[in-house]
Amino acid sequence: MQDFLIINTLGYPILSLLIFLPLAGVIPLLILKNDEAAKYSTLAVTTLIALISLTLYFKFDKTTALYQFGEHHAWIPMWDINYTLGIDGISLLLILLTTLLMPLCVLCSWNYIKTRVRPFLACLLIMQTSMLGVFMALDFVLFYILWEAMLIPMYLLIAVWGGPRKIYASIKFFLYTLAGSVLLLVAIIALYLHNDPHTFSIPQMMGQDYSSVFQIYVFLAFFLAFAIKVPMFPFHTWLPAAHVEAPTAGSVVLASVLLKMGTYGFLRFCLPITPEASLTMMPYVLWLSVAGIIYGGFTALAQSDMKKLIAYSSVGHMGFVTLGIFVFNVQGIEGALLQMINHGVTTGALFIMVGMIYERTHSRELAMAAGVGKFMPIYVIFLGFFSLSSLAFPGTNSFIGEFLVLVGAFAKTKIVAACAIPGAVLAAAYMLRMLQKVVWGGTNNPDQSYLTDLNVREIITLAPLLLFVLWIGLNPAPFMDVMHTSVNHLIQQVGIADAGPQGIFEVAKLAIPQ
Amino acid sequence: MEIASCKPLYAVLAALIGSILVSMAGRKPNFREGLSTVAAVIMFLIIASMVPDVLAGKMLKCTVFDILPGLSVTFRVDAFSMIFALAASFLWIIAVFYSMGYMRGLQEHAQTRFNTCFALALFGAIGVAFADNLFTLYLFYEIVSVCTYPLVAHHQDEEGYMGARKYIVYLTTTAKGFILPAMILIYVLTGTLDFATNISTGIFPPGVNSTLVTILYILCIFGFAKNGVMPFHHWLPGAMVAPTPVSALLHAVAVVKVGVFSTTRVMLYVFGVDTMSALNLGIPTAYFVSFTILMASVIALSKDNLKARLAYSTVSQLSYIILGVALLTPTAIEGGLIHITNHAFSKITLFFCAGAVYVAAHKKNISEMGGLGRTMPFTFAAFGIASLSMIGAPPVAGFVTKWKLLVGTMEMESYYVGILLVLLASTLLNAAYFAPVTYKAFFGKRPKGEKYEGIKEAPLSMVIPIMVAAIISVLIGIFPGFMMQFVDRVTPDNVAVAMPQYKPEGAPAFVPSVKAHGAPAETHGAPAENHDGAPAGH
Repeated sequence: MQDFLIINTLGYPILSLLIFLPLAGVIPLLILKNDEAAKYSTLAVTTLIALISLTLYFKFDKTTALYQFGEHHAWIPMWDINYTLGIDGISLLLILLTTLLMPLCVLCSWNYIKTRVRPFLACLLIMQTSMLGVFMALDFVLFYILWEAMLIPMYLLIAVWGGPRKIYASIKFFLYTLAGSVLLLVAIIALYLHNDPHTFSIPQMMGQDYSSVFQIYVFLAFFLAFAIKVPMFPFHTWLPAAHVEAPTAGSVVLASVLLKMGTYGFLRFCLPITPEASLTMMPYVLWLSVAGIIYGGFTALAQSDMKKLIAYSSVGHMGFVTLGIFVFNVQGIEGALLQMINHGVTTGALFIMVGMIYERTHSRELAMAAGVGKFMPIYVIFLGFFSLSSLAFPGTNSFIGEFLVLVGAFAKTKIVAACAIPGAVLAAAYMLRMLQKVVWGGTNNPDQSYLTDLNVREIITLAPLLLFVLWIGLNPAPFMDVMHTSVNHLIQQVGIADAGPQGIFEVAKLAIPQ
Repeated sequence: MEIASCKPLYAVLAALIGSILVSMAGRKPNFREGLSTVAAVIMFLIIASMVPDVLAGKMLKCTVFDILPGLSVTFRVDAFSMIFALAASFLWIIAVFYSMGYMRGLQEHAQTRFNTCFALALFGAIGVAFADNLFTLYLFYEIVSVCTYPLVAHHQDEEGYMGARKYIVYLTTTAKGFILPAMILIYVLTGTLDFATNISTGIFPPGVNSTLVTILYILCIFGFAKNGVMPFHHWLPGAMVAPTPVSALLHAVAVVKVGVFSTTRVMLYVFGVDTMSALNLGIPTAYFVSFTILMASVIALSKDNLKARLAYSTVSQLSYIILGVALLTPTAIEGGLIHITNHAFSKITLFFCAGAVYVAAHKKNISEMGGLGRTMPFTFAAFGIASLSMIGAPPVAGFVTKWKLLVGTMEMESYYVGILLVLLASTLLNAAYFAPVTYKAFFGKRPKGEKYEGIKEAPLSMVIPIMVAAIISVLIGIFPGFMMQFVDRVTPDNVAVAMPQYKPEGAPAFVPSVKAHGAPAETHGAPAENHDGAPAGH
């Protein structure tokens, strides 16, 4: 049972602590009557969680692909349901991303949320619990419960604190995700019954010799659930609606963390549990990814609403992530993992920045934000960096991610990779268009002279994200090091280690001589 | 021989820190311009201080960031980068003075932004010059694109936004659409993006699919659209809506030279002369850019707006550089590379003159400038000198280029007749569109009803930079030796061995020298003697 798990040796159950601390943070919200105090208490709790989570990084053993900091308690022994937690190089960075973003979400909602402040903060904290749980769970039932639990606070975030069409958007979000979840449940139960002895342990389901047909069915069920979450073209239509209506913090959580659960699902379940089916379906997934990249780019180019623009850009960026995952080589998967983090950092920051404009002008229309640059120079400097990061400017985080994904893709299949290149061009087009409009506008901009530049709180919100943009962009080694072992192990699990080119240096040998 | 040195980094940082300080000194114009000058002078001095090492055959290297295996931000200073870096950093100093006169003379708005972006553009340009690998090159290439956008859109009117949009769309689309995939494919094929240390071998391992290499080559030629090769040249005339100092420094020196420098750097140090000859890429490239040379000249003939004419002249002249390198004979390569400097000094003079005319007389069109030369003698005299350089007449810089290119063409074994005709035809065209400007200014009639009342010579802060640039254009024409030392070190002897079409006996201007890597050759003891007056001597 324990052969895949390294039991936590820190002396305190760090993973459980991280999961339950946010829930504990809800308690003061129930007691406190003062909104300001509630904000400070939530900020303190989320910051504490962020600091604790850093321990994970420093104590993480980079040399093993086993699940670390493990906790294992029997829960419902009759059906072999356990409370099993553990993390590896694939989930570590996503957990850190989640914990580091939450204080920023609280900060960016400081003045944005004016009604029902305490319930809002409670929703954020419950979100955090379930998000962290999803990334840590190694038992399918536990995973599924947390996966579903996430829907409710997210639904509330949109439906209660959202914009004018919040009911439409929240229901759409809920129905789409639920549809995927139902199939996920079916797949989980099918896997449970197929294993002998029956088990819900995720690592034990990996590496089993399921029949090809069974794999295909399970893969398809998984795929639909995760593809909706990512969202992959053509399952993306809930995303722009949800983003546009969600409050800033909701958009940030949605874009930075929730979308990653889909791609995390591909890495954690599809590839190791149904490797054969993954290989069979690979071409289709690759082409869907490319379609998403191009489609997201073109649609983003046509938007006049800044939030929609960034939402559609997410479709494109996540297309790069799925492209990287399904080329099944080290560069592709590591690039995809890094790109997940990058997208979380950059798109999160961009949503925060749109929120800042919205707080001031009460509009997300590009035309209304035109020419802001003259009066908000600090804002514009931040926006410039994050926009450049979003279009994968060299020297920023996204460039490294996109570069690795494309290296992986070109090593695998040149045609698919070449078809993704226009997506990179489009990213430059729509991001620079937005930047140009916001900074300069045209010859007749609306009067922006009443705008005030960023205050200290807002600068503190954005500064850490900018730090990561440049840090990952110029020195990605600390982030890449933790994933190497796990990614290599994953590729072995997929069992194609010998079939495809692994390192860039081997690829040269494959080149056809003249 | 490689030596580790942080000097390249300091040179690049001088511009970056300068730009940050300038942006903070907005309220005090004199202090701000002072800072620009200091940054420019410091950068030039740092670059100049590396000259002795480079002339001794050393290569200075400095790794700033290690990103992935085979992917790093690394600076290198070798003879090739010096050709561009010296010219660009020196001209920045002149341009700072000139733009002070221009911007204040016209009372332009947003001068702080202008100066900041100007310094940032130089930061990018020197970064490109010192790039040690394709990634660093691409990084700084993109920095130049983004930082010059505000300069092109400076006037913030419809025309400015249109020009700037065209500018950024052309440059980023080609860079992301062509260079990015090319870079990734090269990384996939070779596992590195570092440039080779000589111009012959390139970085491709033997046995790489030749079709793929050809595709990569084509991507690189078109991808660096700043080189102005047709059909992706259209951003350049569009960018002429910018204030003239921008057109002068950026669109005669920094931006366009970043384009040709990148193109030639990749041609010589990624593909290499061997690969290019083996795959027969040189001659088709030469003929392809010949079209640009002739076509742009013809278009220039039809332009009455002086800056537009200069823009198309730039498009045409840039292709000379690529033509020279594409011919793959040592003398032609030298001719192409020396034109980076020659064209920079001459073309900046021409643009400076156009700006001076605009500030002093508010005239943009050539047809309105009849007789203006008598009112503004210094400006138009400088214009005349620089025109001679563009035409390729002795003793101005452009003659050295033409000489080398012609000799280089005759070194080829075959296909040289067409190139010779192109060079001759373009010289005639250059004369046809430059000579009338000076002629009309001095000897032409004033337009009807035009009295040029109240028009004087441009302010001194403009005339002095103009004269300095014009005089240097003449000096590097009479004494090409100084810059030739660098060019000479780029084309070592062993290139000849690699080149099937190269005939040593047909190469009078090429002074063979023993130049094994790492061992400074004897002939370099007095390089100036080899080349001083070389055109006249042969």
